[in-house]
Amino acid sequence: MISLDPPPLLSVDHLRKYFPTARRSFLNRDAAPRLLHAVDDVSFTLEAGESVGLVGESGCGKSTLVRLLTRLLDPTSGEIRFEGREIGAIAAPKFARHPLRSQLQLVFQDPHDSLNPRHTAFDSIAAPLKQLGGFQASPLLTARIEELAELVGLPAALLSRFPHQLSGGQKARVGIARAIALHPKLLILDEPTSALDVSVQAVILHLLQDLQARLGMSYLFVSHDLNVVRLLCDRIIVMYLGQIIEMGPTDAIFDNPRHPYTQALIAAIPDPGTPPQPLQLQGEPRSPIDPDPQVCRLYGRCPHGVEACTTTTPHLEPMGPDHVAACHRADVLNPAQLR
Amino acid sequence: MTVASIPKTQLLNIENLAVEFRTRSGIVKALDQVSFSVAAGETVGLVGESGSGKSVLSLAILGILDAAAQITAGTIAFEGDNLLTMPRSQLRAKRGTGIAMIFQNPRVALNPIRRIGQQLRDVLIAHGGLTKAQCQTRALELLTQVRIPDPHQRINAYPYELSGGMCQRVMIALALAGRPKVLIADEPTTGLDVTTQAAVMELIRDLGREGQMGTILITHDLDLAAQYCDRILVMHAGHIVETAPTRLILTQPRHPYTAKLLAATPDPHKRLDELTPIAGHLPDLRGTLPPCRFQSRCDRAIPDCDRAPLKRQAIAPDHTVACWHPLPLSSGVES
Repeated sequence: MISLDPPPLLSVDHLRKYFPTARRSFLNRDAAPRLLHAVDDVSFTLEAGESVGLVGESGCGKSTLVRLLTRLLDPTSGEIRFEGREIGAIAAPKFARHPLRSQLQLVFQDPHDSLNPRHTAFDSIAAPLKQLGGFQASPLLTARIEELAELVGLPAALLSRFPHQLSGGQKARVGIARAIALHPKLLILDEPTSALDVSVQAVILHLLQDLQARLGMSYLFVSHDLNVVRLLCDRIIVMYLGQIIEMGPTDAIFDNPRHPYTQALIAAIPDPGTPPQPLQLQGEPRSPIDPDPQVCRLYGRCPHGVEACTTTTPHLEPMGPDHVAACHRADVLNPAQLR
Repeated sequence: MTVASIPKTQLLNIENLAVEFRTRSGIVKALDQVSFSVAAGETVGLVGESGSGKSVLSLAILGILDAAAQITAGTIAFEGDNLLTMPRSQLRAKRGTGIAMIFQNPRVALNPIRRIGQQLRDVLIAHGGLTKAQCQTRALELLTQVRIPDPHQRINAYPYELSGGMCQRVMIALALAGRPKVLIADEPTTGLDVTTQAAVMELIRDLGREGQMGTILITHDLDLAAQYCDRILVMHAGHIVETAPTRLILTQPRHPYTAKLLAATPDPHKRLDELTPIAGHLPDLRGTLPPCRFQSRCDRAIPDCDRAPLKRQAIAPDHTVACWHPLPLSSGVES
């Protein structure tokens, strides 16, 4: 029987991206190259209108996943479906001109580095409209850009300015304006506020919330800061060394984190009401190069590691409604001890 | 010059400091009437938006301001000696051994083409008195002190081979090389993960306690400062507008700017609609400025706000505010 439900906006199935690390040895030409498992068997879905947070420390594969989803990189294996259509197989260079490209837009991490220093704010916002929207230089284009500027709260007088003449918050607005210029259905936000001050961050978070209500976009909000992600997202995905280790509704993740890594992330959020929590993770992450498939990737850093963690990799198991976590000891760990 | 009135425990004492920048479009009054002190073993948080003068202040303390900057008033006394009137050679000797700094971005601050061991040895040789072999031992000791695992191997690593958190530890090791009495940490955890941030902040706090250092933590994150500082100074547009012990700043902010900064800071118990951005921008610091530089952004402004001079007044023990119309005591944190 065919389901009548529309397919999810984005569905990712067993997505993998391995990078070869070095050339094969001169003496041992037959040896397989060592592979860095940047994204390793990642599956999730994102519904229309939903905001999902993607959290993890640097080096966990967040950015690689974003680059795979926006089709800037080709996956090693796995599927990426956008509204049911497979886009993972379209070669990255071809996707730049693909009609679906306009549906899936990215707001880059650093609003300063991601704007062309020789382009005015107007030029930056015009680029996607000309490239993918079929606009020509015309009063129509000017009108659309002014409309977008108003939508993101950028005074029209600033449109003729170059990036160095704009403040951090204004540059962030330009970055958002050009990303929403083509009415995308999915907006991927890569650490949109990490370069901003707290007060400007609050402004931009409010703007993003307002835009979502008005334009009905879905957000994939990538950040290492759970505290910021929590404010905008319905659901949170936690990644560690290329794998999803926990995924669930925001409240469940915060009130009842089941994976030790998620628990450590939450404990690390500075909370002025409580004294600093003792740090729960020890040492450095394991190497992502050819990781042992039988060992839990947090093993060694995890305060709760046991024998079983070194013999079988845990898989995502249901922990509650819509809530999954990959830990052998999730049943034993009591998150109530955390806060 | 010796400033006699300072008690022995006050390591650093800044009095009425003013810094101006000469630019083509006029004189920018970057710092004005800045006074505070840091005692041994104490951690002081310097909090404010970018552009509020936090970094200028730290550069002024070390005497490494840009050539366009001019210190127009005030004194910076370290252990009773005014750094501003000290001969350059003497000041140079104080840097690193008296006052040291952890710079903002470790990846930029470290030399990318020198091994971290070499960079540590450079600093140790500059401070003098050690043989080559002693430098090596001391470098290893420092790496161990900042809890870098496997220091014997890491000492030969280049900065690009280390993670952001490890690079920041190397920066801390460099700052500690001269056994400073005052440590200035300028946004030491910007760009680091939350878990790494916690580790680096705990390290700075523990090292400060062990060595009885006075620590100045510069940050725009009030929550972070609140967790690790004994005392917080709030800066706005070159003025210190409020100083108080951490708990008081959080529960009883009296300056409207502090209250607004608190309201804009996300914390684990706040929803997005409870997060209130601060209205307006930092004022243009060129030309004539009103006595209160927050006036144009303040919703509590009264005609009295034009009254000069506006000085920071003690309104409770250890609690000073520069405001003609401070928030009433009972109001607490605005939501």
